[in-house]
Amino acid sequence: MAAIATGKKRVNRSLSGSLSLFALLLVFGAFMVLPLIYAINNAFKPLDEIFTFPPTLFVKNPTFSNFTDLLNLLSDSWVPFSRYIFNTVFITGIGIVGHVLLASAAAYPLAKHKFPGKVFMFQVVVLSLMFTPAVTAIPNYMIMSWLGWIDTYWAVIIPAFAYSLGLYLMKQFMEQIPDALLEAAKIDGASEYRIFWSIVMPNVKPAWLTLIILLFQMLWGSDGNGYIYSEQLKTLHYAAGQIIQGGISRAGAGAAVALILMSVPITLFIFSQSRIIETMASSGMKE
Amino acid sequence: MGLKSWWSWKLKEMRASKHSYVLLAPYMVLFTMFTVIPVVISIILSFTYFNMLEFPRFIGWQNYTRLFLEDDVFLIAIKNTLLFAIITGPISYIACFVFAWIINELTPKWRAFMTLIFYAPSISGNVYFIWLMIFSGDRYGIANGLLIKWGFLLEPIQWLKTEAYIMPILILVQLWLSLGTGFLAFIAGLQTVDRTLYEAGAVDGIKNRWQELWYITLPSMRPQLMFGAVIQLTTSFAVADVSIALAGFPSVNYAAETVVTHLIDFGTTRFEMGYASAIATVLFMIMVGTNLLVQKLLRRVGE
Repeated sequence: MAAIATGKKRVNRSLSGSLSLFALLLVFGAFMVLPLIYAINNAFKPLDEIFTFPPTLFVKNPTFSNFTDLLNLLSDSWVPFSRYIFNTVFITGIGIVGHVLLASAAAYPLAKHKFPGKVFMFQVVVLSLMFTPAVTAIPNYMIMSWLGWIDTYWAVIIPAFAYSLGLYLMKQFMEQIPDALLEAAKIDGASEYRIFWSIVMPNVKPAWLTLIILLFQMLWGSDGNGYIYSEQLKTLHYAAGQIIQGGISRAGAGAAVALILMSVPITLFIFSQSRIIETMASSGMKE
Repeated sequence: MGLKSWWSWKLKEMRASKHSYVLLAPYMVLFTMFTVIPVVISIILSFTYFNMLEFPRFIGWQNYTRLFLEDDVFLIAIKNTLLFAIITGPISYIACFVFAWIINELTPKWRAFMTLIFYAPSISGNVYFIWLMIFSGDRYGIANGLLIKWGFLLEPIQWLKTEAYIMPILILVQLWLSLGTGFLAFIAGLQTVDRTLYEAGAVDGIKNRWQELWYITLPSMRPQLMFGAVIQLTTSFAVADVSIALAGFPSVNYAAETVVTHLIDFGTTRFEMGYASAIATVLFMIMVGTNLLVQKLLRRVGE
């Protein structure tokens, strides 16, 4: 209620309207969060508690045994668990750095320069927001095999560099940088590259975070997209899927791995939330 | 101006912008290679018979006629995909907006907290397999367990193996996942609406929050509304991962077949690349077409 009462001294607010809206928020908030709470609790349930009837939401006798089981299970597999972690971190890390650099470099001229072909190029990128990558999966596979990238990290990493949503958001954000700032640097004799690197880039840090979280979400959850076949190159998400499908004996370890998978992106979002929203504020589809 | 002088003028302009092109080049090369060329290849391949082993053979419109006239499963896939798009598209779009709008009236701390709650499912690294535990077919699944405990059921239901339940469950899970980027854009957009507009509106006789919403808030957010619509539409037409994870692949009697799972079936299981490309091309046309249409409609908001 405290939260409701402080709603910015706005007029035109009926109390009954406020109450019903917040009731709506609570009901649907519960729908969103209960499956996650269930997943978190499951990770700490001893095996007999996972299979009680009736099922319970909250854990009664929390234990870490699922996590130790998970470790034992994985130390028995012939690819060490650390390898899956390394693969996922490597793919995610390189993918993010490359995307932020390339998308920013491309967004700067699209936002601030005038040159032939600019409108066309941007329109093509916007058009690509309108369809799912599944549409191009088959030709992409052919291109990857032609490049010899099948069964390498690059088949997942390099296309992520050219993710279109990132370029789009970055361009919209860069448009807000005052032209005067760039003009001043130009008069001082800075080259376009220097302006990009020393003036534009530091000014778009909030947008970096947005690109980072979007790409993190995409790459962290990637299971190789059908390009990676060697067990040593597979990702954490793939390994998790294998464990979760392992049936009753692995239900505990599966719950533990689900918790590990979901906690990383959520934590990252908690720390970058305000900056991400700042970027999204400039995300209009402009004609 | 003659063609020749127009060209020489353009060339001069391009030479002057060489730095812009250099900055753009790395991204654009990769974008062309992994997005533009694949779309073109896909459209070309859709007119051929291609099995990855032999060179593609031109067969005209055959793939398309087969798709619409002979492939019964494709018709199920189209029906399911449209059902997804018609139900989850608008509902999640409106939900994104309504929840963002309510959250926007909270204090900053509560706003951050509620944003996290609504955004968490879509960001949590594809953990929709949680729903497998909820709708698991034995009595230890939450849904079965509770329904039996409360006396609605005597025996557990095989939720994800019963045709009638599969689509409603997938729609539910898809809705749960759907408050993503569009939702964040709305939260952000609401914070940028000019406060003075509301004061001016109150003076001009706006009586309640609903009028305020229609005459001030929505029109000020038109850019974000467009962005959200594109994101939401694209996602609701592309349902596949959730279907495969929950209902299996292929699902019982194709009850959860969507255009994308149908595409995966022909592309990766049966190696009928020409046919799969025709499916991809149809999906591409549907997605881009609806997106453009919806954008046209949204330009009228608040008029």
